Amino acid sequence: MKKKALYLLFSVALVFSAGCGKNKQSITLAGSTAFQPFAEKLAEQYMTSNPGATITVQGGGSAVGIQSALSGAAQIGMADLVNLPPEAKDLSATVVARDGIAVVINPANKVNNLTTGQIRDIFNGKIKNWKEAGGADKTITVVSREAGSGTRTSFEEIITGIELVGEALIQESNGTIRETVANDAGAIGYLSHGLLNEKIKAVQIDGQDCTTECIMTQKYLLVRPIFLLTKAQPGAEVQRMIDYILSPEGQQTIQQNGLITAK
Amino acid sequence: MSLQKKRFRYLGESLIEGNIKITAILAIIAVFLIFLFIMRESLPIFFSQEVMQEITFGKLFHGIEWQPVSDNPRFSMWPIILGSLKVTMIALVFAVPAAIGAALYSSEFAGPRLKEFIKPVVELLAGIPSVVLGFFALIIMASFLKSIFGWTYRLNAVNAGIALGFAVIPAIYSLAEDAINAVPRSFREAALGLGATPWQTATKVVLPAALPGVSAAVLFGMGRAVGETMVVLMAAGNAPLFSFNPLESTRTMTATIAAELGEVVFGGGHYHALFFIGLALFLVTFVINTVSWVLFDGLMNRLYGAKK
Repeated sequence: MKKKALYLLFSVALVFSAGCGKNKQSITLAGSTAFQPFAEKLAEQYMTSNPGATITVQGGGSAVGIQSALSGAAQIGMADLVNLPPEAKDLSATVVARDGIAVVINPANKVNNLTTGQIRDIFNGKIKNWKEAGGADKTITVVSREAGSGTRTSFEEIITGIELVGEALIQESNGTIRETVANDAGAIGYLSHGLLNEKIKAVQIDGQDCTTECIMTQKYLLVRPIFLLTKAQPGAEVQRMIDYILSPEGQQTIQQNGLITAK
Repeated sequence: MSLQKKRFRYLGESLIEGNIKITAILAIIAVFLIFLFIMRESLPIFFSQEVMQEITFGKLFHGIEWQPVSDNPRFSMWPIILGSLKVTMIALVFAVPAAIGAALYSSEFAGPRLKEFIKPVVELLAGIPSVVLGFFALIIMASFLKSIFGWTYRLNAVNAGIALGFAVIPAIYSLAEDAINAVPRSFREAALGLGATPWQTATKVVLPAALPGVSAAVLFGMGRAVGETMVVLMAAGNAPLFSFNPLESTRTMTATIAAELGEVVFGGGHYHALFFIGLALFLVTFVINTVSWVLFDGLMNRLYGAKK
């Protein structure tokens, strides 16, 4: 009985160690939660066409992406910032996609267009009622992301001059931002444009719609690049993965799922 | 059984016993190491010159604003301490009467069959993942409460407090029920024999006798409420306001760590500040839980004598 158990344990250990030995082709991507679902889809496709390759995708946020690329915890870091922070200067950065940030309001709200200045004033707390921004007499509920979020950093860097109003609600993901705005008639928030749906309404910014066309033609203001970060000399496997994402096939996947292609 | 077999069996048992002992010690070591790690990551606030340019112990208690990522970062812990207190108090106001009422009912008044039904159902509440409770509060309860009371802010401390109440009811109920059940039968028999009604027996004899244990249950629930993260992160709106108004959005210490730690610059002032919040939370819940267990032990000693 005991011998049997020992034998079983031994063989399980053997199987696991065999699994570990084969990780020559294993690549880990970590970072931006905005790009995570796309990376997962791309990894799946890559693994189908390259059997034997193992790609693991982890989230954690842009800061985690930079950190794990630096430390080597991940071969590829993902970051969705307008400007990469100074600690990322030793990494090689490739733009693989771009993402529009949509400013969203409740569908019950009659406002259709906001200027950059109005958005700044709303998030600064200078405009507190929708009637000052061309809407009904209703208190504005500002909804923002947590400090350090890639989406928030990009949003604030592009709009400039935002010192977020203290009353602003903070939600820690695109999904909860969407739910909060969908359930509050006076709410305004911002999220990745690939996640727009009929429960919320994207406003025009300075007269430009938040659509793929306007982002491609660079008419729409709120766009951030998505970087893949690697050590200065990435290995052949890592380079092949990045090349795949930049290939027409990879870029098509990115576009079909709501992001904008790199070029 | 042959002598050899017996010896073999003895060896087996001592092996298992040793294993269990090692597991128990490992668990204690793990807690201790976690504490050391949190200490290590929060201490640079006091000693590292580099970190102290960004943040010092004094800054954590200076002013009333928590805006860690800004051109002029402010790290005051007051709004989030107040937020934690506010939400915890609301949760307890909501959960304590419900949980203790349920405990008293199921141990004193309910028939055996009903009792068999109430206990597992209340304890089932503990099995609801807190993210589910939080999501329910974020989507459904917040809209429902707003439509009834016409609150200005949909996500506020009361909304989060009630959701948090649901999360701590099972903890309070379980411990309070144990305390009430521990009151010896003779107390009840004496009270009933003297002509007290069941209600008088329950409220004037059993509950006072179990009071230290019931207080322990409340404190235990409080420890849970202070440390609960996901419910408040989703349901409270997370605006770090220094405000005593329960109908405004609020941010707790746990929610601050959960929301910001994933995106923080590793090793920066903000990072160490978040670990300091963690250390403070650890100490607060440690003290609350310790007091709670001391009270509970005291009750058991009083009812059954000092020997265990």
